[in-house]
Amino acid sequence: MSKVLLELIDVQKTYGTGENEVQALRGASLQVKAGELVAIMGASGSGKSTLLTIAGGLEVPTTGDVRVLDSSLPTLKPTQLATLRRQTIGYVFQDFNLIPSLTVIENVALPLELDGMKVRKARKAALDALVSMEIGELANRFPDEISGGQRQRVAIARSFVGPRQVLLADEPTGALDSKTSEAVIRALRKRIDAGIAGVLVTHDAKLAAWADRILVIRDGQIVEEISNNITPEQFGA
Amino acid sequence: MSVRASILAVLTMGECHGYQLRQEIESRTGGSWQINVGQIYSTLERLERDGLVESAGSNEQGQTRYRATATGSVEAQLWLTSAIEASPEARNELAMKLALAVTIPDCDVEKLVHAQRVQTMRTLQVLTATKRDVDQNDPAELPWLLVADLNIFNCEAELRWLEHIEGTLARSAARGLNPNQTLSEPAKRGRPTKTN
Repeated sequence: MSKVLLELIDVQKTYGTGENEVQALRGASLQVKAGELVAIMGASGSGKSTLLTIAGGLEVPTTGDVRVLDSSLPTLKPTQLATLRRQTIGYVFQDFNLIPSLTVIENVALPLELDGMKVRKARKAALDALVSMEIGELANRFPDEISGGQRQRVAIARSFVGPRQVLLADEPTGALDSKTSEAVIRALRKRIDAGIAGVLVTHDAKLAAWADRILVIRDGQIVEEISNNITPEQFGA
Repeated sequence: MSVRASILAVLTMGECHGYQLRQEIESRTGGSWQINVGQIYSTLERLERDGLVESAGSNEQGQTRYRATATGSVEAQLWLTSAIEASPEARNELAMKLALAVTIPDCDVEKLVHAQRVQTMRTLQVLTATKRDVDQNDPAELPWLLVADLNIFNCEAELRWLEHIEGTLARSAARGLNPNQTLSEPAKRGRPTKTN
C-alpha cells in the first residue's frame, strides 16, 4: 500500500460573516497517496480552487484538518508552515509564474537555493528536473524566449524539484493548445508515477481522464468519485 | 463508411486478394473496423463490373488477386481527399433518448444525464489509460492513435454537451417550462377503416 501524502479531513471554509457569509467548502475530505493523481472537477465557484489552496497551506480552513506527510498544517507555526510548503509542496498554475529576469535553470533552482542549498547542487537538481521534462536544452534561455508549452514544463519542473512530494496543479494547461496540453499532462503524469502525490484542478475532461480518480465538487462538497480502477474488459460489460 | 472506397484505396498500393484486404483495412484503421469477408468479395465483384478494379490472376492457393484500374485509382484519390457529409448517424441514440425523456411524465431526466456523464467519463478514462501505455514513437500505433483521439474528442464533446444541457434543463425547470407530456389526438391519416 502506498503511503498517504496528503489528506483533507472534513474541511470547511467560510468567507465573510453574517449576510455576506459564503461557504466555499462544506466538509470536503480527500486522501492522495504516493504515485496517485486525483483530479478535481466542478463548475466555476464550486470550491475547487479553494480546496487546492487549502491543501497547499496557502489558506487556513475554518474547520477541519489538512495533513501533508505527517504534519497537520493548521497546527504549524507560520515559519514551520512556510518551510514545509517550500520543501514539500509544488504548485503549478495556469499562468506559469516564472520570474522573467532569471533563466530557466535559475527559475527552477530558486526554491532550492532559498532553502540554503549550494548553488552548484541546486543547479544540478534543476537540470535533472528539466531533463525529465525533456527541456534540458532550454536551461540557459529566459522565459520570454521559449513557447507557452515549454514555459509550463519549466513551471512543472520547478514544482517538483528537490525533495517535494506533493504536486498541486490549478488548470495547468489552461493557456495551452490541445497538442501542447497533452505533452504537459504526459510529463506531469510521469512525474506522479515516480512516487509523488498530485492533485489536479481542471474543467477539461480530457485532462482529468489522466488521473487515477476524478472527484466532482459541487457547492463546496465532493459529490461524486469516478475511479479509473476498471479494466477495459470490465468496462461496458 | 464506404467499404467500396476503402478497398479501392488499399488497392492503389498494389494487388490484394479478398481476405488480405480485410486484414489490411482492419490494421490500417487501428483495429476499429472489421468488415465481413463476404462483403469484401461482393464489393470486389461490383467494383470489377464498374471497371474500377480488375483481376490480376490467382495465387497458389487459388485466391483471386485484384488491382485498381486507372479509373479506380482516380476515384480512390478523390475519396481520400474529400470531406464527408454529416451522416444520419449524427441522430444518435442519446440525443433521441433525452428528447423523448423530457416529454415523458415523471421521467428523471437529471438522473439520465448524470448516469451518462459518469459513463462517458469512464469511457474517456479507459481510452486515456490505453493511450498512456502506447509508445508514441512507434509508427505501427499511429492508425490506432488517430482513431483513439477521435473517440477522446467525441467523449469530451459529449461531456460538454451534457454539462450544457444540464444547465438548460435546470433553467427550464426553474421557469416551470415543460414540454407537452400528453399524447396527441391520432392524426387522421393512414389506411382508412373498412366500413362494410
